[in-house]
Amino acid sequence: MDTLGPFLEILIGGLLSGVLYSLVALGFVLIFKASSVFNFAQGAMVLLAGLALVRSLDLLIGYGFPVWAAVVLALVFAGGVMALTAYFAERFVLGPLVNQDSLTLFMATIGLAFILLGAGQIIFGSDVYPLALYPTDAWILLESVFPGGILVNKLDIWGGVIAGLLVAGLAIFFQRTKIGRALRAVADDHSAAQSVGISIDWIWFVVWLASGLVALAAATVWGTKLGVQFSIVFLALKAFPVLIIGGFTSVPGAIVGGLLIGAGEKLAEAYLGPFIGGGIEYWFAYVVALLVLLVRPQGLFGERIIERI
Amino acid sequence: MTRTRLALAVAALTVGATAIAEPAMAQNEQFFPSLVYRTGPYAPNGVPFADGVADYWTLINERDGGINGVKIVFEECETGYATDKGVECYERLKGKGPTGAAYFSPLSTGITFALTEKVPGDKIPLLTQGYGRSESRDGTVFPWNFIALGSYWTAADVAVQYIAKEMGGLDKLKGKKITLVYHDSPYGKEPIAALEARAKKDGFTFKAVPVTHPGVEQKSQWLSIRQDRPDYVLLWGWGVMNSTAIKEAAAVAYPRDHMIGVWWSGAEPDVTPAGDQAKGYKALMLQHGPGEFKVHQDLKKYVISKGKGAAKDDFAQVLYNRGLINSMIGVEAVRTAQEKFGKKPLTGEQIRWGFENLNLTEARIKELGFEGMIKPLKFSCSDHQGADVARVQQWDGKNWKTISDYFTADQSVLGPMVKEHAAKYAKEHNITPRDCSKSS
Repeated sequence: MDTLGPFLEILIGGLLSGVLYSLVALGFVLIFKASSVFNFAQGAMVLLAGLALVRSLDLLIGYGFPVWAAVVLALVFAGGVMALTAYFAERFVLGPLVNQDSLTLFMATIGLAFILLGAGQIIFGSDVYPLALYPTDAWILLESVFPGGILVNKLDIWGGVIAGLLVAGLAIFFQRTKIGRALRAVADDHSAAQSVGISIDWIWFVVWLASGLVALAAATVWGTKLGVQFSIVFLALKAFPVLIIGGFTSVPGAIVGGLLIGAGEKLAEAYLGPFIGGGIEYWFAYVVALLVLLVRPQGLFGERIIERI
Repeated sequence: MTRTRLALAVAALTVGATAIAEPAMAQNEQFFPSLVYRTGPYAPNGVPFADGVADYWTLINERDGGINGVKIVFEECETGYATDKGVECYERLKGKGPTGAAYFSPLSTGITFALTEKVPGDKIPLLTQGYGRSESRDGTVFPWNFIALGSYWTAADVAVQYIAKEMGGLDKLKGKKITLVYHDSPYGKEPIAALEARAKKDGFTFKAVPVTHPGVEQKSQWLSIRQDRPDYVLLWGWGVMNSTAIKEAAAVAYPRDHMIGVWWSGAEPDVTPAGDQAKGYKALMLQHGPGEFKVHQDLKKYVISKGKGAAKDDFAQVLYNRGLINSMIGVEAVRTAQEKFGKKPLTGEQIRWGFENLNLTEARIKELGFEGMIKPLKFSCSDHQGADVARVQQWDGKNWKTISDYFTADQSVLGPMVKEHAAKYAKEHNITPRDCSKSS
């Protein structure tokens, strides 16, 4: 029991951390699924959403709004900023590049990332802005079974709940709605979708908006965890191995990939780290991802692409 | 000649005259490069320091008309705390101005490590106030480095002394556990040697736990601390790593008043994101803390009120004040060098002499408006640190409060370490240490 308790604590903590990575990875999946574009700007979108939220929230509370009203209005404002971003991305970055090579679109999102980072910090500031939307204390479970019990952070549980709701909502959106089916059609072939009357402009706006709202959801959790600040952009690096494992086109894959990466890196840091100097969790996640790439290049849940020559 | 042509001729003559006058003016300017990080993950800590550095130089120009009439011209270069960019900035700025760069202060141990190899060739001093190579205190091996006020070994030693005092004496450390949570970089690794030496001397168990850049994810480290329950945790973080560590400590219910950060983990951006969870957290002071002193009155009068200041909300914060002190040491080194080489723009080599002969007495510090911020500082040929003291402050939820008197680092432990590591560096780099008895 002396060793099982710490093991379970790190395993549960890792799984829940992984769900938080999945929150960021979901935004990537949405855009890739609908447009085959790997959106390098996803990390910047999380930062922009967080900055818009926290700065408007502080302003509204400063004006004497009740906290609940300020939170609702700030969420609406941040959602509006993400809608503007989606419009901007579609109208000026991706729209003119319809039917271009996916590498061209990827390069365009790199440019977009720098624009969003610069504009976000110029408009909303580049300081650290505390956000406290969720509780950050912890439960100690099973104290009678394991010495010291098992610590579970409430914020991580909130992250899990939000990720679950997002997955359920997105599954319904993709499978049961007309726009969802149109999104899948566009993802398969831009030109073919256009030929049957699907408006690519509209579909891309919708998918970028959905991705922006997912970024906002991620920003509420990560902003509460770290404070809203530039470092949130680095979460995109945490999402890459999650995507490689889960597959770039699978919403459930993003969750499973997150769970595997979270648990894997935390257990590796705790049990392997001390023997090789520690600080291994960042690169260990990529080792796991590379191993998956060797066995299943499309990821565990990705679509297998068969091209006939 | 039409009126238009006349105007054009006058304009051309004016431009020509300005062009002739400019080199003459430039001859009486001293160029100060400023390596900053106003963007990126470490910007919340980099900005206040850069503001303090810039505002003090502006003050010298606005209030005094420069250093003995020699105007300060400065240019910032954005490093983003990245070593490669820092070296790029150094190469770009080192030759600027009529006599080249006065000195460099990169505010990064990684960049300092890289530039330490370059400055002897370019003959430009490196002022690293409270960071950089700890053994660079030895001026016989590192003639171009000035690790002013304190090294990470000073900090580690003072932290252990403070813990011992809280516990009731050095003998009480025996059998205790002290864990270092550090930024996995040259900066974070620097105190390990000193803490290992103290652990051996004082009989406590020392454990070092690395956190990968930038430090946004520390769950496994803090869960292992929860299991291990060390008596004290030392924090050697920078930027987001600090506030994340405090939040994770709160999450695993580790007492914040048993956490002691280095002086780079003890500023306002390190604690405010953690809100109430940071209450009780302690950090070392590189002598000074936040707050306004006499120099701030001058800054308000000559710089801020005239709209020429860089400071915004960070005025008189911990890192802003550190930036002021950094510039003050640099300016006083130039002033000292001017006493020997004349009141004109000086070369890096001449300014190095100024650093080495700098003697900031209590009276001079008072005259400069820094009384209460720092204690006397005196460099010499062999001692490029100049001071060896630090204090401890505690965050009460709103402000930093000084909670200790000055501690002096134990030279019986650190002195031989500096000599040993400097000698090793000299051997590896084929350096013959200077004979300080022969230096002028």
